[in-house]
Amino acid sequence: MSYIKPKVTHPAIAKNELGFTRRDYEGSISTLCAGCGHDSISAALIQACYELDLPPHRIAKISGIGCSSKTPTYFLGASHGFNSVHGRMPSVVTGANIANKDLVYIGVSGDGDTASIGFGQFSHIVRRRLNMLYMVENNGVYGLTKGQFSATADFGSASKGGVPNPFDQIDLIQMALQLGATYVARGFSGDKKQLVPLIKGALSHPGFAMIDCISPCVTFNNHEGSTRSYEYVREHDVPVVTADYVPYAKTIRVDYEPGTGTQVKMHDGSVLNLHKLDEDYDPYDRKKAINYLLDCQEQGKIATGMLYVNPDVTDFHDIMKTVDEPLSSLNYDRLNPGVEALESINASFR
Amino acid sequence: MKRSDIRDPDYIQKVVDCQHACPAHTNVPEYIRLIAAERYSDAYMLNWHSNVFPGVLGRTCDRPCEPACRRGRVEEKPVAICRLKRVAADNKGDIGQRMPEIPKKKNGKRIALIGAGPASLAVARDLMPLGYDIELYERERRGGGFMRVQIPSFRLPAEVLDEEVDQILNMGVKTHFGTEITSLAALLEEGFDAIFIGTGAPRGNWLDVAGAEAVADNVHVGIDWLSSVHFGHTEKVGKRVVVIGGGNTAMDCCRTARRLGGEEVTITVRSGFEEMKASEWEKEDAMAEGIPFLNYHQPLEYLSENGKLVGMKFQKVRAEYDDNGRRKLIATDEVPVTVACDDVLVAIGQSNAFPWIERDIGIDFDDRDMPIVDELTHQSSLPNVFFGGDAAFGPKNIITAVAHGHAAAISIDLHCSSQDIRERPVKGVNLISQKMGLHDWSYSNAYDGLQRRIVPQVELKAALSSMSLEVEKGFDAEQAYEEARRCLNCDVQTVFTEKLCIECDACVDICPTDCITFIEDAPEELLRQSLMAPSTNLAQDLFVSSEVKTGRVMVKDEDVCLHCGLCAERCPTSAWDMQKSILKLPQAGGICRT
Repeated sequence: MSYIKPKVTHPAIAKNELGFTRRDYEGSISTLCAGCGHDSISAALIQACYELDLPPHRIAKISGIGCSSKTPTYFLGASHGFNSVHGRMPSVVTGANIANKDLVYIGVSGDGDTASIGFGQFSHIVRRRLNMLYMVENNGVYGLTKGQFSATADFGSASKGGVPNPFDQIDLIQMALQLGATYVARGFSGDKKQLVPLIKGALSHPGFAMIDCISPCVTFNNHEGSTRSYEYVREHDVPVVTADYVPYAKTIRVDYEPGTGTQVKMHDGSVLNLHKLDEDYDPYDRKKAINYLLDCQEQGKIATGMLYVNPDVTDFHDIMKTVDEPLSSLNYDRLNPGVEALESINASFR
Repeated sequence: MKRSDIRDPDYIQKVVDCQHACPAHTNVPEYIRLIAAERYSDAYMLNWHSNVFPGVLGRTCDRPCEPACRRGRVEEKPVAICRLKRVAADNKGDIGQRMPEIPKKKNGKRIALIGAGPASLAVARDLMPLGYDIELYERERRGGGFMRVQIPSFRLPAEVLDEEVDQILNMGVKTHFGTEITSLAALLEEGFDAIFIGTGAPRGNWLDVAGAEAVADNVHVGIDWLSSVHFGHTEKVGKRVVVIGGGNTAMDCCRTARRLGGEEVTITVRSGFEEMKASEWEKEDAMAEGIPFLNYHQPLEYLSENGKLVGMKFQKVRAEYDDNGRRKLIATDEVPVTVACDDVLVAIGQSNAFPWIERDIGIDFDDRDMPIVDELTHQSSLPNVFFGGDAAFGPKNIITAVAHGHAAAISIDLHCSSQDIRERPVKGVNLISQKMGLHDWSYSNAYDGLQRRIVPQVELKAALSSMSLEVEKGFDAEQAYEEARRCLNCDVQTVFTEKLCIECDACVDICPTDCITFIEDAPEELLRQSLMAPSTNLAQDLFVSSEVKTGRVMVKDEDVCLHCGLCAERCPTSAWDMQKSILKLPQAGGICRT
């Protein structure tokens, strides 16, 4: 068994603007089951951060508990990390984000961590519009405890032992739309071509971005009768809107051609080109999106791609009117205006 | 693009770069693993099977394997393959019992070998176990050919050569040492079933510039001078020596001169330093002995005073290349350079000479007076006369001569059993899974970032004071183990089974050198531009699978694959497996005989 991925790289490996190779964004070798979808999501995150030229030390990755929440060890080894309590990733991101709004936050969670024990936390972090990427690595089972159905498993889908799921599923995408998330996408770990631009868009989005990524569990949920297997997802996947991310540097070059789809301008000047594969779909209309998703669900289809985006967003700090400078870099004098200031505040309430 | 067949020996042999580059196709990765396991005798025998002289070659080989080594593409330096071979030879136990059995009852066929160099000895090694009667004719008193008389013993100790030559002679070869063949026609009359000519390229080229006649006593042909030193006829050389030439013979000449009293020994070459024919390491060894190299020096004239050589005059030149890339040396405006010297050693190439082959006995010669020899079969236009080694196609090296010997032995065996010698025995390959457990392999798959180990040498002062003290000490067991760990095990193949693949991308994500891509099929040129990493080494194949479930194909660029097995470790369905390939390359007898 190999515990170390050799540091040696392809001699002609490309470097990004910062002089880093993709390999510089990797973490330790994965200890998940071989073939786990989560590992592909890690690879997609690595690829996206590399392509966005993000400095690794300006990224914080925070997770809860579960197979998914182990994965931050396996990517961005040079970034900040916090493996928190089960279902409590949102609280820790909130705290970190309040203290230092300048970092890029990647919250990694699973279907159990988000749709069961962390359901309450999930809904409130969406409401609070925290500027982060909330990545759900959704495999429909509890892999660490031998493959019981999770709350996102489809009604009627079969467990590895052949027993059908008697409960209705929670669709986290619909939840996020209901609660007002401004960037909502669904990916599939087996399709990095689709997933990487979605992650890049999410990391550039100045508000709450949620990606529900279907990630087959090779050990407990990749059998016949499963609706989260590689084969089933490939057969029932309906990509509705594909995105392609164009960095700011490229958009200002004269040879840039916008393409045929519609464009979303991101706050940093980059552009997300959207290509509608289904003419009826409108990724800017929340109500229609919810209806479309309900239709898909009824027909047993899995809609993937850029499902909803609203570039005009306010984030938590806008709402709370915090100072521009991150609290973490304010010095003591500015954080503590002194007894006189406190007294004048108290006086204003009298 | 055409699908690859990873079970095809022609495909596999290209992946094992070192073995493919070795003219005798020595199974390098396997013997390196054996050395790491301290199974030196096994490693030696594996070498011996293919290259016949592991001890000699472990010191003197031209190492075509090393520039081919994949490690040299992954990082800077290839594995020190050659010096590992020496470790096997130096540390082996008694291998007497492992020598092939020689049949008491002969097969009735008689073969004559002319010249006792590596090519002839390889023929004898291959044919003796098949029951042939072999008579070996050699001008000198001992076997070994140029390995004995022209390679100085500070590079190749006599006892190493003796052992490996005797291993073959002791199989019952009838030797006629001190017997120079002066007429092939006469030998043909003795009724041999086949005659093999391995007489080398015995004539050193002479540098005929102005003033040569006057100073002939102090101008020597390099290879003749080296032989003369070997036989003890020459024991001294002048204090100032100029060696002309840039090949390995020139390196041996200058280093020998340093040991015979040469204090100021200089090498001069017409070409640039980089283009010199000598192996890089032989140049390094010469420089380490304090020998300066003057490049772009074209000899003009031998200078003499009172009939005695006093120096050599050179025109400085520069290289210019025409549109076809051909080099021309153009004289510069600089005034000629004079290098003072007492002796000149000329090492500017060797030629073949066959004054003893009558031109009317059916052997055709070309316009350069070289025999016309078939490159595959080594047969001349006289069906029972075969050529090999430098005698066949001009000067090369030991390992090429051995390869010729193998090929000629196959031809001779087919010829003597009245079969078509162009119907060569077929290659084969065995693939054996190395899987020992869920993530365990029976080879050491972890990549070791160690840099190439340097072979220890004796101190310069001691080295220069002796003709017979071997300069290189060879790796000790620990150094050999460390160097062996640098081998990437390129013979352990990444075998892919399309129908098992679920396209989870685990192999793509884990591959340290980005070799693997799943992609829509396209012509090779397009594919090479669309892979995970640039695929610019066209000498290396793309491994292309059949279609997987989504209709894409798996394309693996063989170029910098570490054979680390991570793709197979991370594969949930064992669509990838690491399988050791054992190439079955034919030699005379065995599978060759029907």
